[in-house]
Amino acid sequence: MTAAGDSPATPVVELRSISKRFGDVLANEGVNLSLWGGEVHGVLGENGAGKTTLMRILYGLSIPDGGEIYVDGDLAHFASPKDAIGAGIGMVTQHFALVRPMTVTENIILGRTGGAILDLDRAKDLVEEAADRYGLHVEPDRRLSDLSVGEQQRVEILKALYRECRVLILDEPTAVLTPQEIRALFATLDRLRASGMAIVFISHKLPEVMELTDRVTVLRHGKVVHTVETDEVDAAGLASWMVGRPAAPPEPRTHSEPGATALEVSDLSAVGGLDLPALSDVNFEVAAGEILGVAGVSGNGQTELAEVLSGMRKPTAGSIIADGTQIAGKGPKQVIAAGVGRIPEDRHEALVGDMSVANNLILEHLDEAGKRLILDRDRIRANALDLIERFSIKAGPDDLVKTLSGGNIQKVLLARVLVREPRVIVVSQPTRGLDIGATAYVRNELLAMRRQGAAIVLMSEDLDELLELSDRLIVLYDGRIAGRVDAAEADRDQLGLLMAGHTEVA
Amino acid sequence: MIFLLDILTATLRNATPLVFGVVGETYTERAGILNLGIEGTMYAGAFFGFAATAVTGSLELGILAAIVVGVASGAVMGLFSVTLGTSQHVAGIGLTLGLIGISEFINRLYFGSSEGLRRIESYQLLEPFGPDNIFNQYALTYIAFLVVAPLGWWVLRSTSFGLGIRAVGENPEAADAAGLSVSLYRYAALMIGSALAAVGGAFITLATLGTFTLGIIAGRGWVVIALVIFGRWRIWRGVFGALVFAGVFSLQLRLRILPGWDAVPFELLLALPYLVVIAALAISGRNVEYPGAYLKPYRRD
Repeated sequence: MTAAGDSPATPVVELRSISKRFGDVLANEGVNLSLWGGEVHGVLGENGAGKTTLMRILYGLSIPDGGEIYVDGDLAHFASPKDAIGAGIGMVTQHFALVRPMTVTENIILGRTGGAILDLDRAKDLVEEAADRYGLHVEPDRRLSDLSVGEQQRVEILKALYRECRVLILDEPTAVLTPQEIRALFATLDRLRASGMAIVFISHKLPEVMELTDRVTVLRHGKVVHTVETDEVDAAGLASWMVGRPAAPPEPRTHSEPGATALEVSDLSAVGGLDLPALSDVNFEVAAGEILGVAGVSGNGQTELAEVLSGMRKPTAGSIIADGTQIAGKGPKQVIAAGVGRIPEDRHEALVGDMSVANNLILEHLDEAGKRLILDRDRIRANALDLIERFSIKAGPDDLVKTLSGGNIQKVLLARVLVREPRVIVVSQPTRGLDIGATAYVRNELLAMRRQGAAIVLMSEDLDELLELSDRLIVLYDGRIAGRVDAAEADRDQLGLLMAGHTEVA
Repeated sequence: MIFLLDILTATLRNATPLVFGVVGETYTERAGILNLGIEGTMYAGAFFGFAATAVTGSLELGILAAIVVGVASGAVMGLFSVTLGTSQHVAGIGLTLGLIGISEFINRLYFGSSEGLRRIESYQLLEPFGPDNIFNQYALTYIAFLVVAPLGWWVLRSTSFGLGIRAVGENPEAADAAGLSVSLYRYAALMIGSALAAVGGAFITLATLGTFTLGIIAGRGWVVIALVIFGRWRIWRGVFGALVFAGVFSLQLRLRILPGWDAVPFELLLALPYLVVIAALAISGRNVEYPGAYLKPYRRD
């Protein structure tokens, strides 16, 4: 390892004109990337720009069609992760590669046990030493399934360190963390950088890239647009390289006077999977023309709240009054009839991928799609053409939904729900996995519905999205409301503490 | 007292093939593969073990033949479920049907005659503490309970190999990312598991019966599958299940010849141990946590 400040003569790893094709799609084309010891290198790009493919190639999970990888200046071939690990490369993927029923220590030593018989004590010592040196605190004997997402990520980093990696790849590491956890992660990465490690930080969050990285490489459509020193650019410049045009400024949020209460939730409780309590005594109101944001680390009751509000899960206690109608315990059909629209978090689950756009668009209102039992194909088609036009969906009425891009799938869902002009909208993770353009479109549609007087409950794991769209915020922790904050006065640190389970700050 | 001793002794004996099967199947299932070929593998182990001994006169060669047949059938299951990634259900059932068919075919060719069953000089009972006690068992029973089960448990828990088996069965992506070969571990688990199952089958021909008859395994392979689930993929719980099944099995055998019980149709008594397995599964088998990658072939996209 080289100390920070020294300038080594060769990069630790260098990728030269890497290309990779999946079917007709060029995921990477002639990509060059060099990683130096002691730097944090940001890799920036929209979804589908080829960031993850490039990193999978670097970690031996994908074999490139063309190009070379050099380690310490020598040509290397990575046929599997084993080769990459041997060359000192470690990766923390978005979906953690961890074995949930096993302990922290077992996960860390997996594949590098150093002997036929497991020496868990020695492994534990190493884990504790690394924890002290880099601030990565986890209890070695706990089962992975009992850890928070932030702790699991620390285990992933420890795993890479245990394999003595010199290059650490982090794929969207902050997407699932609270602000406090992000700060702790950045502190750890600073120490690793100071110890001479090369760190690849993949993200599409510009402020984080600006704050943390030394250099940035921007990818678009599988090609490198630019590699620059982070000091020499600003966030707006990076954004325009990402999307290939100057980024549209976000639509200013007009102040709207909230109207009468449209949704009233009182003393709501529900159980989740395995009959464990998921929601306890939840109370809130949403007025017409208001967006209530629901913040929280995933798994704290947001999914169950969305399901209960849309009739997919029966509450065990409490009442839900939507636009004057009691809907607690009613099924989805009655809930829709009461004027509640639902945009669920898993958009693939809400649509039938093997059915056409036109058929998906009428799925919630089959009774209006024909006479008695017979569907009126012309009417269905006319309805589809109308909605495709109004919501600028890039697809034909007969295209199968599964062939659409994430953004267009989300537009189909939006169209189906919003065309009914629901009085109450329950929406979860509306922009997860969407590119910048589709994200802006979805957010503007939600703001438009707010202007038209809908009461919107917005659940999101993206704190920026919540702060940008919401009028008020509630924070869920362990199924309870841990705090209520006005969006205009919201302080990220305070929200982070509430999300981590600290009760209302005095 | 004699009655009870008799049943306990028979329980250990009847549990022996199940213990071999349970330990073996636990390995393959912990690696993520439901091996429905086990019924056929036990059958082939019983037949080829018998055939090898009948031809050579050596019981050790009979056991060796069973192991070879077991490893080979594990490899075939691996070819379909690991390398080709086909449905484990179809591959396993196909393997079972194929192995039973091959065994019966060769049996008819070489051992089928009108003069009755061909007998071999089978294993003798060990009597370490004199006659008439629970320790009068075959050597293979000692091996099952004192070597195979504890060693199987320890290897799975405390060795790198065991950790690898568990990892490929829970999260093959994680194992792959950690530099382990998923297919290597799955093949290994299948071959070990099938070899053990085949020896379990051979125990019946080479020790208890001393001959081979059609339908000899009589669903013991399927019972093993149920016991592994009953045991929640823990070896000792599975062994306990094997003892319960064998206990009820031995009890009904004795009840049949007890005076006063001839009024009960023996078919009903015969069904008793299977009903116990179903009941045990119904009670304890709910909400069990299956290995994370159960039934899923692994492909690095």
